[in-house]
Amino acid sequence: MDATLTGNQAASAMAAARKPTGRLSDPLFVGVLWTSGIFVLILLGLIIAMLFEGGLPALQEFGISFLWSTTWNPVTEKFGAGVMVFGTIFSAVIAVVIALPLSFGIAFFLTEIAPGPLRRPIGVAIQLLAAIPSIIYGMWGFFVIVPLMAAYVQPPLIELLGPLPVIGALFQGPPLGAGMLTAGLIMAIMILPFITAMFVEVLESVPPMIKESAYGVGATTYEVYRNVSVPYGRTAMVGAVMLGLGRALGETMAVTFVIGNATRMSASLFAPGSTIASTIANEFPEAGPGSLKLQSLLELGFILFVISFIVLALSRLLVRSKLKG
Amino acid sequence: MKLTRILSAAALTFGLSSAAFAADITGAGATFPAPVYQAWAVAYKDKSGTGLNYQSIGSGAGQTQIFNRTVDFGASDAPVAGDKLAAQKLLQFPAVIGSVVAIVNLDGIAANQLNLTGPVLADIYLGKITKWNDPKIAALNKGSQLPDLAIVPVYRSDGSGTTFVFASYLSAVSPEWKSNVGAATSVQWPAGAGGKGNEGVAGTVKNTKGAIGYVEYIYASSNSLITTQLQNKAGKFVAPTVPSFQAAAANADWAGAKDFAASMIDTPGETTWPITSATFILLPKEPKSGPQAAEVIKFFDWAFKDGGAIAEKLHYIPLPADVANRVREAWKTEVKFDGKPVWMN
Repeated sequence: MDATLTGNQAASAMAAARKPTGRLSDPLFVGVLWTSGIFVLILLGLIIAMLFEGGLPALQEFGISFLWSTTWNPVTEKFGAGVMVFGTIFSAVIAVVIALPLSFGIAFFLTEIAPGPLRRPIGVAIQLLAAIPSIIYGMWGFFVIVPLMAAYVQPPLIELLGPLPVIGALFQGPPLGAGMLTAGLIMAIMILPFITAMFVEVLESVPPMIKESAYGVGATTYEVYRNVSVPYGRTAMVGAVMLGLGRALGETMAVTFVIGNATRMSASLFAPGSTIASTIANEFPEAGPGSLKLQSLLELGFILFVISFIVLALSRLLVRSKLKG
Repeated sequence: MKLTRILSAAALTFGLSSAAFAADITGAGATFPAPVYQAWAVAYKDKSGTGLNYQSIGSGAGQTQIFNRTVDFGASDAPVAGDKLAAQKLLQFPAVIGSVVAIVNLDGIAANQLNLTGPVLADIYLGKITKWNDPKIAALNKGSQLPDLAIVPVYRSDGSGTTFVFASYLSAVSPEWKSNVGAATSVQWPAGAGGKGNEGVAGTVKNTKGAIGYVEYIYASSNSLITTQLQNKAGKFVAPTVPSFQAAAANADWAGAKDFAASMIDTPGETTWPITSATFILLPKEPKSGPQAAEVIKFFDWAFKDGGAIAEKLHYIPLPADVANRVREAWKTEVKFDGKPVWMN
């Protein structure tokens, strides 16, 4: 008690000695903190407002059917977001479907199976995957993966699965190499590090006691994985997957290189398509000032924003409901 | 008058230091002519001391910049519509001429071996001719053995002047293309796949057996791509070569064109290459600064006079001399500052 008092006295003495700074510095500091916090909100608000305001004329011109219309014709200035919205979601889902089992495998291998000396190099390699700029993935995809897909992956699949009813629709068309599947594949590799890193964290947080008791009652590695580790971290894992999905939705440069950039709707995995981000990247430089095309591109940006927001909100909701359960 | 002469003599004596004082001119827009503008800029800086800062950001963005007057001149591959030019008080003139060529990836087919006509090319891009052994293609290539292989049309996915020129040509030769697709810097392609930029198209064609694409001639020639011959308006099959582009420029109707937007698409003449086009400069008619506008005009005057060799080395076609003189007339009569012409020569 005494010590604090003297401390306070000393502080007030110091404040008295340097009056202006003492009085002003704290409110100033708090003010800076407030500004920083509010700044983020204002920035986000302004971006949303800009996209909405910029895209509004397009929405007024084409009505609500802009959202699902599959026309994208710069000559007649008829625009619709249907093909891009479909392409964005389709390619992102492909990416997650490919990345998910791989992430599970790598994460469990790293935490349970891998011997100590191997753990670090693999972990570092995965982190380095995240450090590669997306344009490099695009070039690699374009010059390496696309020719490989065109020569060795697509022709046998088209021949084998193309004639089948229903499922055959996914495997139609000439083997271009570029297309939805290739875009999804490249994106899967890009989101792999993020999902894996979170999975590793989740699996490491499983209390060793629980796992050891499971092993103790005679469970195999697979049984421990299925019945202990995964249920324990399920909520966080759903969050990780959603995060990966969110990243895949907005991926631009790498996708533009390998998706084939066709503004036509097709159910085939091999058909060229386009995403919202790739369309904006392609069309923006030549979109005239004040043109309907520019407004439609801004509207596309707004739609992407909304989709990303929905995915984020959904992941929150899922995680919360799992927590309650 | 004397004072100016003394001053300029002094400037000459100081050489480099005078170069540092000259205001640089700025331009922005079309990517297609960017290499030649940049080469001209280097040569012109050595000669006059005035530098050019050209940003190749795309024709649309270049138009935005000159509409807002944030640069001294804008550059656009597609001519700007007459009413827009009037509203924005801009003078449009051609700077240099370039060509678009078709490239293919077919086993055993050498450069300029394959013969195509405009309507056949349009049908390929419409998705109506889908195999290389189609009778319509075979009829044009009696000597060559063409495979039973799917044709993959490849196009520019990014908006570009190259697409505008190519689609304009297809519109000119195919009524169906004109009514169903049309021409713009990007169009709704009925078939095929898109690559970003010349390199994206060339790469996709190289990756895909049976692919056909279109690129600027400068890109095809510097990368030794397999180009095709095309039938021109006179019915002759011509190879894409510099003389055939020059023939197109010489045969265009410059006298009758408003705002210099003369079409070089499918022009008459025995040796004419049918897909040729000029790229344009946009200059304010009432510039913010007279001397600065004069510097821009001086630059292009020099380019028309002495820049031809540089352009040809880069496989562009310089403007024919009579067209350059027409442009000079327009500079004198239309670009004014305070009611007086900024440039008289």
